[in-house]
Amino acid sequence: MHEPVTFHFDVDGENFSSAGEASVIIKKKLRQLGFSPDIIRRVSIAMYEGEINMVIHANGGAADVTVMDEYIEIVLSDKGPGIPDVELAMREGFSTARENIRALGFGAGMGLPNMKKYTDYMKIDTEVGVGTKITMRVNTTG
Amino acid sequence: MKIEEIGKFCSAEVLCGEEYLDGEVYSACCSDMMSDVLAFVKDQGVLITGLVNTQVIRTAAMMDMVCIVFVRNKIPTEEMIALAEECGIVVMRSALRAYEACGILYSRGLIGNKGDSVCTNP
Ligand SMILES: Nc1ncnc2c1ncn2[C@@H]1O[C@H](COP(=O)(O)OP(=O)(O)OP(=O)(O)O)[C@@H](O)[C@H]1O
Ligand SMILES: [Mg+2]
Repeated sequence: MHEPVTFHFDVDGENFSSAGEASVIIKKKLRQLGFSPDIIRRVSIAMYEGEINMVIHANGGAADVTVMDEYIEIVLSDKGPGIPDVELAMREGFSTARENIRALGFGAGMGLPNMKKYTDYMKIDTEVGVGTKITMRVNTTG
Repeated sequence: MKIEEIGKFCSAEVLCGEEYLDGEVYSACCSDMMSDVLAFVKDQGVLITGLVNTQVIRTAAMMDMVCIVFVRNKIPTEEMIALAEECGIVVMRSALRAYEACGILYSRGLIGNKGDSVCTNP
């Protein structure tokens, strides 16, 4: 059993331009820690989608990444509007993003399904008017 | 195709990453929707796009892409170039439209999906 390695980031909801900074840093850290390109890619894509979501849908939040012996865990929490219908939100193509978000290259309704696809475990805790917490894990052993 | 040839075929100006121009790429994708790039790209090494913001660079970095071609003479900001440099990505700009750039590169052998849509070795 190794000591878990943890990283914490505040994700600024005001600044679309800086969205994804944490994912870029995590990608670098995981490389330094010697993970395989496939694992690094899955973690960083899932985290990046989640980071972008917090910025465009929830006015920012926090990202916590923990590297454990058997998996890498990503926890994204925000105090945004919450997701009223999680099943609907998980569908490919479902998006509440408006035209201004689409003009920035996002809002195709692919993020949450993509996060599910790239991770081995994903759980969404959300309450309308309170916020959303998404926990994802990517297994690092066999 | 060598990354350098992408620049040549598209009459593109290389804005950063000159040290990687010798690298080989096999397939590319073209999109202004980063959502779709994140969802559908597999091993395509090159992104051709008319969208200009920092998320284009981060999306390419997340997908392990090695070259971005901005079409229609779009000019990326200093901040975007610095980020691309940090991520080891070659950035170019071309006056061509996306359709033309894609057509030229495809006809020169840069396919859409490695070993999938086109058989390169019949
Ligand atoms: N953190 C969040 N807080 C509140 N709502 C969210 C959050 N994340 C996602 N949603 C809701 O779920 C919908 C689907 O999210 P998803 O990431 O799949 O698509 P998108 O962000 O709209 O578009 P894309 O991810 O393709 O750019 C969003 O449009 C939004 O309504
Ligand atoms: Mg999204």
